[in-house]
Amino acid sequence: MRNLCRRVMILGVTAAVIAVGLTVATNAGQQASPARPFPPYKAPRLADGHPDLNGLWQALVTANIDLDDHEAQSGPHPELLGAYGGWPAGQRIVEGGEIPYQTSALAKRTQNLENRMKVDVSDDKKWHDLGDPEFKCYLPGVPRATYMPFPFQIVQGSSPYILIAYEFTSATRTIRMNWKGDAPTDSWMGWSRGRWEGDTLVVDVTGQREETWFDRAGNYHSDALHVVERYTPVSPYHLMYEATIEDPKVFTRPWKISFPLYRRMEKDVQQLEFKCVPWTEELLFGKFRKTP
Amino acid sequence: MVVVAVVIVPVALRAVAGQAPPAQPASAAPPASAVPSKPFDAAQGRPAPKRPAPPKAWTPTRTPWGDPDLQGVWNDATSTPLQRPSTRGGKDVLSDEEANEFQQELAFDLTRDRRDGGPEADVNRAYNDHWMDARRLKITADRRTSLIVDPADGRIPPLVPLDPERQNARAARANANARFNAGMPYSPEEMSLPVRCIIRTDSPPYLPTIYNNDFQIFQSPGFVVIAPEMIHSARIIPLDGRPHLGKNLRQWLGDTRGRFDGGTLVIETTNFRTDDGVVFQGANPATYTITERLRRVAPDSISYEFTVEDPTTWTKPWTALIPWTKIDPAEQMYEYGCHEDNYDIVHLLRGARTREKNGEGKR
Repeated sequence: MRNLCRRVMILGVTAAVIAVGLTVATNAGQQASPARPFPPYKAPRLADGHPDLNGLWQALVTANIDLDDHEAQSGPHPELLGAYGGWPAGQRIVEGGEIPYQTSALAKRTQNLENRMKVDVSDDKKWHDLGDPEFKCYLPGVPRATYMPFPFQIVQGSSPYILIAYEFTSATRTIRMNWKGDAPTDSWMGWSRGRWEGDTLVVDVTGQREETWFDRAGNYHSDALHVVERYTPVSPYHLMYEATIEDPKVFTRPWKISFPLYRRMEKDVQQLEFKCVPWTEELLFGKFRKTP
Repeated sequence: MVVVAVVIVPVALRAVAGQAPPAQPASAAPPASAVPSKPFDAAQGRPAPKRPAPPKAWTPTRTPWGDPDLQGVWNDATSTPLQRPSTRGGKDVLSDEEANEFQQELAFDLTRDRRDGGPEADVNRAYNDHWMDARRLKITADRRTSLIVDPADGRIPPLVPLDPERQNARAARANANARFNAGMPYSPEEMSLPVRCIIRTDSPPYLPTIYNNDFQIFQSPGFVVIAPEMIHSARIIPLDGRPHLGKNLRQWLGDTRGRFDGGTLVIETTNFRTDDGVVFQGANPATYTITERLRRVAPDSISYEFTVEDPTTWTKPWTALIPWTKIDPAEQMYEYGCHEDNYDIVHLLRGARTREKNGEGKR
């Protein structure tokens, strides 16, 4: 609730900024990119007449390493991990160039990158100061959860709630359709309100904890983060995903990422578990264990 | 419905994954004045009306694609204990008068809203009471004395003789729990799975605990998904009759398949990991089976029943029945972050190391 007043104000400003931003910077993407590689498509409907987005989906981009262009790299500790630890190259998913950081906000990204594999939880007040949240197996937030290298299942029925269940650390989020009102409190996966615009599921996400990052490269946001996602079915096997990211404390204007999501097609494929908490216990808590 | 990101450790989670240390009920008898005596009505505290016949006549609503509709947020809190206590003379179902007394006794043990412990206890209890589920102070509306309905004595059947390896494992677990309760844990790994934020009340069978007893059920054609509040996992249940995962692909929450048998969702879960604490009450993952049945018996009520069987642990199968009540749609289920701010795990370990330095905990 501490952010409520400020957020209401920001939302007002945001609407205007987004309107301008979309027309000027990303009009082409907004209109053309969902359909560009795909012929016209009308998705199957559920009983309520809306497109059926049910399924197990996964991104193939490598944006979890870096939203921006990135070369293939060894990853940490090649002396231990060899080629196992290597990270693939990938092309930027940010539309229209680089992420529009405010000049004063760039230093923190550099700092994040330098500290992405450092952790120190010996002081509650500095608990979240160091380290990529993914490194610590924390809930990834939105939109990062969408382009992590794991599938997620959309569960869309006949209630006003749509569930997205992610494989990474069993994260879940509920999309409240046509929900009015702001996030009652901040949370790791945020507060998602959905609505339909034609065949597109539009999800407005606020109330995210400020500690999540966008990628391993240290791209970050503040507690003023506002994300608007768009899920558009473009074939029986693809959703086009777009997210407009706006944070007046960190960026100079709203910016947008987009990429397709692929339906997982293997016979009997299902979401499995990636419960990584046990793998972080030595890293986080090991120095407090009893020594013989 | 309480947002508690930090694990409050000193409170034993009753019956979570069979691993948390059992709650120690207060032994004092409730004062006559604790709850005014009146004929029992779990819901209202008003004089109980004559009970209607079970709502057999109600026809469950269906989803547009034809499955029984279980969608909604449900709560399974109750004070009715899993096993029947000896205090009620072995009766399985109580009269209104007896039920009222039983509820008072249980509520007195469970509530933190009492003044008989001195100022320090007062503060501690008040702090804890505000985030606990008030629904945990009421017994089930059908006035049963135990959640277990089979065997008829309402108790978990006796254990079969355990092999030495499992006896040792149980002893090691008991020692670790004792260290934990004494504030002297050795390592994160020896703490219980709920304390470590790996699995919590999302592990079947679902049993009531002191807080966050909520489950949101989602459905889509071919799936039922149960999302327990703790810890933010989704149990995705395919209904299409596909085979279980291969036997070498084991999971913390197992692998679930479901089917509708008339109005009842029947869930079978296999492929549990073998880590200590994963399957219920230290049963043997190699021989343990669990079947859960969910049936909507009224617009605002689901009957949740589970049967567990393990010939290398219990002398016979046993079954418990727990009512789930639909909660007000205006009430929302919030994210239960756990590992992200698990300060307590550090506090407990550092506290233990400091105590050791000060010479405590020496044998």
